[in-house]
Amino acid sequence: MRAKALSRLLFVIGVITWIALLFTDLSVVFSAKNGLPQEIPTWLPGIILNLYLLTLYYYYKFKIDRDEQLNFVDLLWRVFAAGLIATVISLLLRLVENLFGAATPDGNFFSLAYKEVIYLINLALLSSFLLASFASWKRLILYQKSKWLLRGWSFFEYALLIALLYTCFDRTPNDTLYLVLLIFFIVVGLILSANMKWVAFLNFRQKWTSLLLLLLTIFYLSYLIYTNNSLVEALRMGFTDHREHLFIQSLTIFVMIYSIFSFLVILFNLPTTSVFEQKLEEVVNFQRISQSIQTEQSEESVYNILLETSVSSVFADAGWLETKDVATHRVFTYRITEKEAYDIIAHLKSQNVTGILDQGQDKTKNLSKHLAALRSSRFRSILAFPIFVKGENIGTLALLKELPDGFNKEMTKIVSTFANQAGISIENFRLLEEALQGERYKEELKIAKTVQKSLLPQVLEQDAQFDIAAFSESADEVGGDYYDTLRINEQETSLIIADVSGKGTTAAFHMSQMKGIFHSLAQDCIEPDEFMARSNKALIYCLERGSFISAIFFLINTQNKTVRYSRAGHCPVLYYSASKDKAEYFKDKGVALGMVRNNSYRNFVEANEFTYQPGDIMVLYTDGITEAKSVKGEEFGYDRLAATFMEVKTLEPKQIQDYLISKLYEFSGTDNINDDYTTMIVKFKTEHKPI
Amino acid sequence: MVHIKRLQEDGIDIITPIGEIDASSSIELDLTIAKSVGEGFTKVLVDCGALEYISSAGLGVFMSYIDEFKDKNLKMVLFGMNEKVANTFEILGLYDLLTIAPDKAGAKKKVNEV
Repeated sequence: MRAKALSRLLFVIGVITWIALLFTDLSVVFSAKNGLPQEIPTWLPGIILNLYLLTLYYYYKFKIDRDEQLNFVDLLWRVFAAGLIATVISLLLRLVENLFGAATPDGNFFSLAYKEVIYLINLALLSSFLLASFASWKRLILYQKSKWLLRGWSFFEYALLIALLYTCFDRTPNDTLYLVLLIFFIVVGLILSANMKWVAFLNFRQKWTSLLLLLLTIFYLSYLIYTNNSLVEALRMGFTDHREHLFIQSLTIFVMIYSIFSFLVILFNLPTTSVFEQKLEEVVNFQRISQSIQTEQSEESVYNILLETSVSSVFADAGWLETKDVATHRVFTYRITEKEAYDIIAHLKSQNVTGILDQGQDKTKNLSKHLAALRSSRFRSILAFPIFVKGENIGTLALLKELPDGFNKEMTKIVSTFANQAGISIENFRLLEEALQGERYKEELKIAKTVQKSLLPQVLEQDAQFDIAAFSESADEVGGDYYDTLRINEQETSLIIADVSGKGTTAAFHMSQMKGIFHSLAQDCIEPDEFMARSNKALIYCLERGSFISAIFFLINTQNKTVRYSRAGHCPVLYYSASKDKAEYFKDKGVALGMVRNNSYRNFVEANEFTYQPGDIMVLYTDGITEAKSVKGEEFGYDRLAATFMEVKTLEPKQIQDYLISKLYEFSGTDNINDDYTTMIVKFKTEHKPI
Repeated sequence: MVHIKRLQEDGIDIITPIGEIDASSSIELDLTIAKSVGEGFTKVLVDCGALEYISSAGLGVFMSYIDEFKDKNLKMVLFGMNEKVANTFEILGLYDLLTIAPDKAGAKKKVNEV
């Protein structure tokens, strides 16, 4: 808004200065004509003219120079419009003059004044046109400017403004200094006029428009100069002759030179426009391929874009793209049938062409000469390229032309660049996909881990006759280890330890089912083998084939001091008998839950029973413990577990557990366990009945 | 990692997994057995001599074929397991469900039983 207000203000000042110029000029003319002494100094009109020029200069600076939205043709259009308005007004004045009869130079004051007014209007129009052109040319010249160009231009502009100042004081035209300065401005103007980069960015149509606009601009300029000159000639009044004005003259020459240069450059650029447009399109296509990764959703679209852009870039008549991947083998075709493509592939194969089409070599090859023998095909030129992702050839791009020798070296280069970029895009696409997949998987694991943790009991049942300690630590991958306890009544407590096959969310899910089954079945003081049979029946409806759960279910009866249990494929119990001072694994049979999917399962599990003594210890664990590996690849194993336990048999369950786990970590030699470690230790003790 | 070889002998398909079968490599074992069945073999031997380790997922693969083999009247015999692998099978109770022989001769005999 500020700029708009400023340009309006400048316009008003311009008009005012012009009116001032008119009156001072008229006054000078009047005094000279009537032989009266000059009331105003003769140099005043010159200064007012300079003020007017300065105002116009700033007006166009705001109007054109600062307007970022103008494109090249718009700039030329502005100049053309300024020229058109100036010329039309000038012609109208000429018409009016002709209608009312030409005033003679020695006529009365009024006819002279009339002439003077017309001259000043023409001068104002010419100046306006010149300054509009100057502002526009500045934009054009400074397109893609360098530091030096910018400096050169600033120098030129400031020198012109200084020249404007200079003309205020020096009113003696045609002296040597004036000539030197004029030549200086012409030379600088010529040097600056060599900057025509903008021309290259015009398309064919814009070039034609520009040519027309420039031609008319040159015409208007010539006409306005001619009119001004003829008017001054007609006036023959030295005081108000503003022709010998360094600023105006330098500007006129500069604007003229640049207009003519631009016209010629555009004219000679016309034939090569298509090449430049082609290059520009290549760049755009290149961008499309590299950006397809963000916008498109599949590799397929990258292939399609590659095929399309390659075909259009080298003016091929047809093309195909064959992907190598066995699983997703596909042929993308463009203006060619799949059959034709396969015919050509088969033909080249039969010719024993060891080119790129057999995808065995990485060299780009022009295979045209081999195509000559294939009479049935309409194509006479073929160009084939491999597409690489991480050094692996993932496909072939083939381009075809009906002309013989239709591909040149440039085209080969362009398409090979495209093919490379497409390879990079596909690689990026795959990496992105992998990263997303990994991220999703991690998130899933996190959830599964939380679920799994929450399924394990926070507090274990305790009894006057036994203490229980349990521990579970899962690896990065979520496992499905589960343990739990449930008091049935005063004397009876049930325990379970289970291991769900598989890992991740599925394992956590199955674990939760196991927990549900345990809590519903164990409540009723159910016999262990019955528990297994019913659990199996329930689980076969939710476990997929190949998944199973190994478990041991215990029923501790503190009244009889017995433990009844049933093992379903779980790691055998390590039992320490205090009286024998020996730790042994229970040898019994039992098939894991979910393996036998019918009622016969009952035959595959046993119910066992033993009596415990105070000091006896039951060590329950999952296979993560026995299968834990040392750095050398050795397994922790059953013997080592028993031996380690024997070292601490006299301690409390919690201490035994801590010792076992610390030994386990020591053995594996790393903090990163690769499986789940789960133990549950039950120690029977002498009951201290409160008296 | 596991590498699985297949060999045909007297109309018997002998599958030999070499290395370790864990959750990820169990898929390969599954595919191999499925292929064998797909090709119409009625007698399949699994040579576990070079099997160093098998996880629960790997065992699950054998398990998942038990019903299918029974339904189609096909036979699968595993043999030559090392102690550790045999122990894994034993703990899970698979000795009761699968046919397991100590060596190739025994396995061939079992697979040819009517």
